[in-house]
Amino acid sequence: MGRPDPILEVRDLEVCFVTDEGIVHAVDGVSFDLCAGEILAVVGESGCGKSVTAMTLLGLTRSPNARVGGAATYKGVDLLGCSDEQLQRIRGAEIALISQESIGALNPVQRIGGQIIEQIRAHEDVPKRAARERAIELLERAGMPRARERADAYPHELSGGMRQRVMIAMALSCDPSILIADEPTTALDVTIQAQILERFRELRMRTGAALILVTHDLGVVADIADRVAVMYAGRIVEQGSLEDIFYDPQHPYTWGLLGAIARIDRPRRARLPTIPGLAPSLSERPAGCHLRPRCPHAFHRCDQVPPLQSRLAGAPAHLDRCWLEVERKRTLREVAPGTIGLHGPDGAEPAKGAA
Amino acid sequence: MSSAGAPAERETLLEVEHVKAHFPIKQGWLGGRTVGQVHAVDDMTFTLREGETLGLVGESGCGKTTLARTVMRLIEPTAGTIRFRGRDVSHSRRRELTVLRREMQMVFQDPNASLNPRKRVGQIVGMALRLHGTRGADADRRVRELLQRVGLSPEHVNRFPHEFSGGQRQRIGVARALAVDPKLIVLDEPVSALDVSIQAQIINLLDDLQHDLGLSYLFVAHDLSVVRHVSDRIAVMYLGKLMEIAPAQELYTKPIHPYTAALLEAIPIPEPRENASRRRSVVAGEPPNPIAPPPGCVFHPRCPHATDVCRTVQPPLAGYANGHLAACHHPRSVSSREIAAAVRDPASPLSAGEALPTADGV
Repeated sequence: MGRPDPILEVRDLEVCFVTDEGIVHAVDGVSFDLCAGEILAVVGESGCGKSVTAMTLLGLTRSPNARVGGAATYKGVDLLGCSDEQLQRIRGAEIALISQESIGALNPVQRIGGQIIEQIRAHEDVPKRAARERAIELLERAGMPRARERADAYPHELSGGMRQRVMIAMALSCDPSILIADEPTTALDVTIQAQILERFRELRMRTGAALILVTHDLGVVADIADRVAVMYAGRIVEQGSLEDIFYDPQHPYTWGLLGAIARIDRPRRARLPTIPGLAPSLSERPAGCHLRPRCPHAFHRCDQVPPLQSRLAGAPAHLDRCWLEVERKRTLREVAPGTIGLHGPDGAEPAKGAA
Repeated sequence: MSSAGAPAERETLLEVEHVKAHFPIKQGWLGGRTVGQVHAVDDMTFTLREGETLGLVGESGCGKTTLARTVMRLIEPTAGTIRFRGRDVSHSRRRELTVLRREMQMVFQDPNASLNPRKRVGQIVGMALRLHGTRGADADRRVRELLQRVGLSPEHVNRFPHEFSGGQRQRIGVARALAVDPKLIVLDEPVSALDVSIQAQIINLLDDLQHDLGLSYLFVAHDLSVVRHVSDRIAVMYLGKLMEIAPAQELYTKPIHPYTAALLEAIPIPEPRENASRRRSVVAGEPPNPIAPPPGCVFHPRCPHATDVCRTVQPPLAGYANGHLAACHHPRSVSSREIAAAVRDPASPLSAGEALPTADGV
């Protein structure tokens, strides 16, 4: 694989929170690399640890109740061990965050232009007027119509889509090399979502910034990601290129996720395949493979935690955490349409390129 | 979710005719002066038959939830008529509404907000029974039955809502709606707060219930993929108005209104290669303000095909084959012959123009 050197390396990231109900293992042994200009999607259902992973990289989980282990290295800087001051310099300037709820992330009593100017001036020594010009330019780049006028608006005067653009403008204000977007389009309508995703693509082209996209929407992933990490109950269960995940998925949980989506491009199926049961609570996860109690293919080896490793010849970057033999998985994937994905109408037609 | 018989053979359950729901904007001391109207629902007409699921889709602020609440008579319509099983309920008063709600129930989007956190599940589900006259041991038995029916354990009657996951809470909401044996359930974004694998479970549950109990659903959602899966027919709303209504499959393969086409194109398909090969035009702009809707066709400021007539004349609903209606002067996906055969549908808004689309532009 001719991938360039990564700008961010995460190794065995571990995050636990001490609560009254016990220790919550939110993130457990998460490792991944991110290269410049790459879009990595972190997908999973609520409570799988995807947002906590993203927030930990920015030091947002630093708290007396949190235990963070492992390593996260950004251009030689240890993000987990560095001082708050050092992190402050990186946060916003080098690694920026776009959060899901723009209304909670913006100051309700300050005009949006002012908020962007503040952000620019926190990292760079520029006069106010120049910062304002830059703020307007950033808003324009983020796709805000009538940016000069809108810079004087308060957050509540803007729609959700417009506020998300303010968040993007802010995140871009210091030309970061990594953007972390946590469900950036989940609260938006589809036509607005399409506009925002278009902005991300353009941004990558222009600045070469890398993007970590935290989402539960596999449509958005298919639309924009280069690489995908699938998380379940705090662990990455499968990781690979976009093609790997959609056309040769190795983990039964990935099959389940792909299968459970109702799709607009397919006639309606008699029944939507589901993943039986519920995700485990993060404070009492089952031993071994966390999916074991819900997985129809579990067997005796699943008592032990499968390592995240490549099990496919010729695909060293396609990793998964499942004990099943590769050949066995390929058969299971094709014959049990009720529990796994990748099947067209009535499970009759396996996906192209899956074999 | 239909099974037996074509929808056309079944009896009409709900008729919504030229219904408007406008909300006054008050200003001045004690809000004495009305300075404008929010046109939340603006002249909507449709019907729902027994055992049928009608999907109602549109972007946020298009009026779909207001319409659902107006159908439920949680809101009184400003104009127009709502008939349920032939009976005019548009302006029914309290006593009549109690009777009506035995036959018409609602499931809300956010189960956290719609279930009382201080009441036990048994009380929540049992309340509907009590209000409609079932008490004591009968009610207890029925509550347990209902919980089982929606896939919860009957032993859970004494738990509080917070002890359940999101999907289970939505099941409680469904059980409450089922308590009084309704004919129609209005589902307002019933799965949009849930994870995909849980969404699938709830959709399958709704499907089973409809099949077993012969329910009709008015399914309000913004997610066109989910709506496609559950609906027999789908109505697309924009800025309070009906843009298009069609049999579910046909809407996706043959969208006539440019707004429907834009909505469909905007949804990314969860399969990279197909997604990359699809034509995707990104619609610019955002929905306009419903206080001052644009003249003519309300979609014209964002429509790539808009012409002068769209800016001045509100298009009537043109009826094409298969009960497919669309309010557009420049219809897509139809041949000139189909356009020539189109007729002005009586569901057209009262303020719409007379002229049907002509085939010249195709």
